Amino acid sequence: MEALKELLIIGIGAAVVNNVVLSQFLGLCPFFGVSKKIDTAAGMGGAVVFVITLASFVTSIIYKYILANEAIHMEYMQTIVFILVIAALVQFVEMFLKKSVPSLYNSLGVYLPLITTNCAVLGVAIINVQKEYNVLEGTINGFATAVGFTIAIVLMAGLREKMEYNDIPKAFQGFPSVLLTAGLMAIAFFGFSGII
Amino acid sequence: MKPNSPGERLYNGIIKENPTFVLVLGMCPTLAVTTAAMNGLGMGLTTTVILTMSNLFISLLRNVIPDKVRMPAYIVVVASFVTMVQFLLQGFIPSLYDALGIYIPLIVVNCIILGRAESYASKNGVVASIFDGIGMGLGFTVSITILGAFRELIGAGQIFGLQIMPDSYVPVTIFILAPGAFFVLAMLAAVRNKVMDGKPKKEYSMHSCIEGCEACGNKSCGGRISSAKEKE
Repeated sequence: MEALKELLIIGIGAAVVNNVVLSQFLGLCPFFGVSKKIDTAAGMGGAVVFVITLASFVTSIIYKYILANEAIHMEYMQTIVFILVIAALVQFVEMFLKKSVPSLYNSLGVYLPLITTNCAVLGVAIINVQKEYNVLEGTINGFATAVGFTIAIVLMAGLREKMEYNDIPKAFQGFPSVLLTAGLMAIAFFGFSGII
Repeated sequence: MKPNSPGERLYNGIIKENPTFVLVLGMCPTLAVTTAAMNGLGMGLTTTVILTMSNLFISLLRNVIPDKVRMPAYIVVVASFVTMVQFLLQGFIPSLYDALGIYIPLIVVNCIILGRAESYASKNGVVASIFDGIGMGLGFTVSITILGAFRELIGAGQIFGLQIMPDSYVPVTIFILAPGAFFVLAMLAAVRNKVMDGKPKKEYSMHSCIEGCEACGNKSCGGRISSAKEKE
């Protein structure tokens, strides 16, 4: 029961309290880039949940049993190993989905290659190492972080769809107005900071 | 100025194609570490060193790396330099190492570095690539230091740790916290839009990493993004 509570705290902490986009500034490129429509934002969110969960599971295992192994001690290789593992993993997932689950591939496929350069994936892997999470905690942390990303990007897309019809001063159209919205959302997310 | 001359490369990186304000690349470190001018400067210079070294190596290896595996090869080069710089910082400037934290290893996925590798260093000579790296790096450094200075000034009344505002000034702490990063960058981008208004518009894409694969340099998506856009 105690362990379950621990996992729940990690999950909620990663999903809303320390929201990956709005308080840690990871994954901003897709957050600004694919948040024009709710559909595409949700698609991107789904792909990110899928990849980050898998990637944090795999990188946790590799770190724990290979890099941090008593006999090997190659912790300093983590950045290189993680980024290559993530890049390879994304390729494999893409090929696997294309071959075996075409329906899922059709909805997530276009977003998959972009995720390699999403810094949230590498960020979560490194955070897992820094906080010394075990494999299960690391995977939960990855999943919750990705859910937090999805929440933020879908909310953003909803706001931007409405903003299309607003009369915004010319200099603020586009990027600046999106940044201001993100700032207001970040303030709103501060409200969660008391819950754990 | 002659194209590809050192001077032209520096001008291009700092002003003409400034990575933050014109190309809009590398948003994560731009927003995350600019809580103070000093952190921005440190992050910018760190990135400059890595960018210059990776440009140098990739330019040297440009005829050796097979075309099909060039992205993984570039990533390995960049990640090696990031790891080296990370240890140098940890050993010699621990205060900066602590301030930048997780964002040092994340320089690997900074779009600016892979973007320059793909779009410039892999096609040009060594000297031009080095100066391209320095120019782009300094452009990035200048913009994030400005951003950091604004946030520090409003949020703490200081710049580079020196008290600027009078004692009676009450610091607006939120500008050092996460939302402040968005607000200050929004203002700077709006000012930039205002200044550029009327001049012939260069392609100004906020989707640098996502919709502008060309800008990002990551060609592994094979143009499927544009086909996805057509479908919409």
